Amino acid sequence: MKRNARYLALLGVLVLVIAACGDGADDGTTTTAEAEGTTTTAEAEAEETATTAEAEATTTTEAPPSVEAITACQVTDTGGIDDKSFNQTAWKGVTDAIDAGLATADSDFLESQSATDYQPNIQAFLDKGCDLIITVGFLLGADTETMANANPDQHFQIIDFAYEPGVADSVQGAVFGTTDAAFLAGYLAAGVTETGIVATYGGIQIPCAVTCFMDGFVYGVRYYNEVNGTDVQTLGWNPEDETGVFTGDFEDLAKGRAVTQSFVDEGADVILPVAGPVGEGSAALALELGDVWVIGVDADWFETLPQYEAQILSSVLKGLDVAVFTAIREVAEGTFEGGTRLYAIAEDGVGLGAINDDVPQPLQDEVAALLESLKEGSIVPGDQALS
Amino acid sequence: MSDEGTEAKENKEPKEPRWVERVAPKNVDWSSLAVIPFLAVFSALVVGAVFIIFTEGLGSVLPAYGALLRGAFGGWNSISETLLVATPLIFAGLAVALGFQAGLFNIGAEGQMTIGGLTAVIVGISFEGLPAVIHLPLALAAGFVGGALWGFIPGVLRAKTGAHEVITTIMLNFIAFRILDYILKQPFTQAEGRFDPISKDVLESARLPRILTWLPVEGVEMLRLNLGFILALAVAWIVYWILFKSTIGFEFRAVGANPDAAKYGGMAVTSAIILVMVLAGGLAGLGGSNETLGVLGRAFPGFTAQIGFDAIALALLGRSHPGGVVLSAILFGALRVGGRAMQVETDVGIDLIIIIQALIIVFVAAPELVRAIYRIKGGEEARQLTRGWST
Repeated sequence: MKRNARYLALLGVLVLVIAACGDGADDGTTTTAEAEGTTTTAEAEAEETATTAEAEATTTTEAPPSVEAITACQVTDTGGIDDKSFNQTAWKGVTDAIDAGLATADSDFLESQSATDYQPNIQAFLDKGCDLIITVGFLLGADTETMANANPDQHFQIIDFAYEPGVADSVQGAVFGTTDAAFLAGYLAAGVTETGIVATYGGIQIPCAVTCFMDGFVYGVRYYNEVNGTDVQTLGWNPEDETGVFTGDFEDLAKGRAVTQSFVDEGADVILPVAGPVGEGSAALALELGDVWVIGVDADWFETLPQYEAQILSSVLKGLDVAVFTAIREVAEGTFEGGTRLYAIAEDGVGLGAINDDVPQPLQDEVAALLESLKEGSIVPGDQALS
Repeated sequence: MSDEGTEAKENKEPKEPRWVERVAPKNVDWSSLAVIPFLAVFSALVVGAVFIIFTEGLGSVLPAYGALLRGAFGGWNSISETLLVATPLIFAGLAVALGFQAGLFNIGAEGQMTIGGLTAVIVGISFEGLPAVIHLPLALAAGFVGGALWGFIPGVLRAKTGAHEVITTIMLNFIAFRILDYILKQPFTQAEGRFDPISKDVLESARLPRILTWLPVEGVEMLRLNLGFILALAVAWIVYWILFKSTIGFEFRAVGANPDAAKYGGMAVTSAIILVMVLAGGLAGLGGSNETLGVLGRAFPGFTAQIGFDAIALALLGRSHPGGVVLSAILFGALRVGGRAMQVETDVGIDLIIIIQALIIVFVAAPELVRAIYRIKGGEEARQLTRGWST
């Protein structure tokens, strides 16, 4: 026992010594070589993809023949960068931009562990000299405003926050037409439920960023009832008096599981969690129970949470990656502007992800037709009769 | 009642009962007080280095730890942020440490912070026009009282019914979170134009003023360190004085060492337990107020950010001594703030900081392991921090 401990200590010291030596030797050669390597590949990639970037850019303006890659930096909320939905989808926008040669490999993210971290995290990126700072989430609204006012020449993009005109005008606020996308999910849910009860819950009651999903879901169910003469009930949210079920944060998976269990106890068999990573708790329970569907949010859960694919009905996609990618491209091209930007269903800013193969084809076709009607505007969520 | 307690301490016979020696040691045991925590931190950093080597390679260790150190102390802004993060940890750490000294495991610091922070906000958003010299102390007092109330409940339950404080404080945490959600949605407290639970902004007269704005350096408006830090140091000194210089503090520690002997010695064990929990709750409440009246300026769900749980770890690391708590809190603050720089400058993620913190606790909680690794002699038997369910 004593001997073992001694070896352990020796190992520890050895590790330190090696670490110290290794670093000194490396510094001169490898790191510079690495740095050179990355710049050259980045350049090559930039040239290679310049044409594709141009092709993609046609929706807004003609891209200049070549753009210089920018440094894009993302500050997450407390959900963390690998939350399988919100922050992760936004970060995908940055990595897509890196792949497209619009952002440098130097682009980075900082995870906030508490609300007190938001401001210093933004400051850290200001110090780093980032060209664009992306703050992900409504909860960063106040701190982003403060920092934007203190640094009027810095490009900021905030997700899910629309400032009043005259407040933080230099910030581009990206908002999403998630009501439309969740409407499709509500219709689909009402179509597959066997108990006639579906449910939704949120993380924190944030107007629109969270509640628009829940609004759309309820409206979708009502539309299904209207068209098919059914009486599917929705638990967890009432759009009229804005009350519903919320777990209280975007972190605790156990709460998502507990809420889902109580919904199932009340007979619900389709659940839409609008709570970032908390929704994974619902997916885990659904997989154990077997006869409960879960609808993903933000990202396509068939891709981010494939281990639950048997119980994933579909996903309400929120084009966070599209919004972030677009902002990076605009900064690179020099066309970036502050103000609120809506990503709507008509231009695929939001949508419905892949649908589980077990869903009957006729229902899938109905949903596809409904998507077209929403894009045309012939159906407007919220117009449906109360049920 | 308390006189007898001090007498027992002062009229020292050669053959003192063991528990008196333990409560009022004549020789400070430096090996357990300072050496072990230091070596625990050192060991945790070494093992953390192994994690860096496996994830990022050998060459990343020194740049990462260099960035950690620079980020935590390399400049006024870094120092300001480190101490800012340390401040609520000091308050909450004292709340847990005080409990440990009396043999009580206060896991409820998080809930006590929540209630204290909330009551401070309620006072802070009311009384418009009150001068700051009255408003700020009033808001802080409200925070203390709110937290104290949340400590009083488990204290009474423990003292009168024997309900274990571990269970009751955990449960009261959950109740505190839900009370926060509820109160923040009332029209009186909820910020105008918001539907989510978030309070109005605390009035300027109840905000903790920043204390580094006089420095002649650039970017001075970014230095967020506020009066709360000074307050925390003062409170730490007061707790030290109560614990080690006052009669009541001797009672607390006597109850912690052996409640039966303390009772036999004529001490009022019941009221000591309640008083400890009230004070601990009040300290945590001040920690919550420090957040809502200081850096945040408002209350919202989760504003306590797990500080009340981190406090348990740093009370252990600080050996339940107020001085140790202050140093541990600054260390944890440095890890948090330095971790940010580490994340920006290198590819080492902030999760490493959590791993290091956890490792520190593992090493602190197992002093014999540290003694064995570094071949340190001596040391009494492991100190029992709390009592079991049955006592």
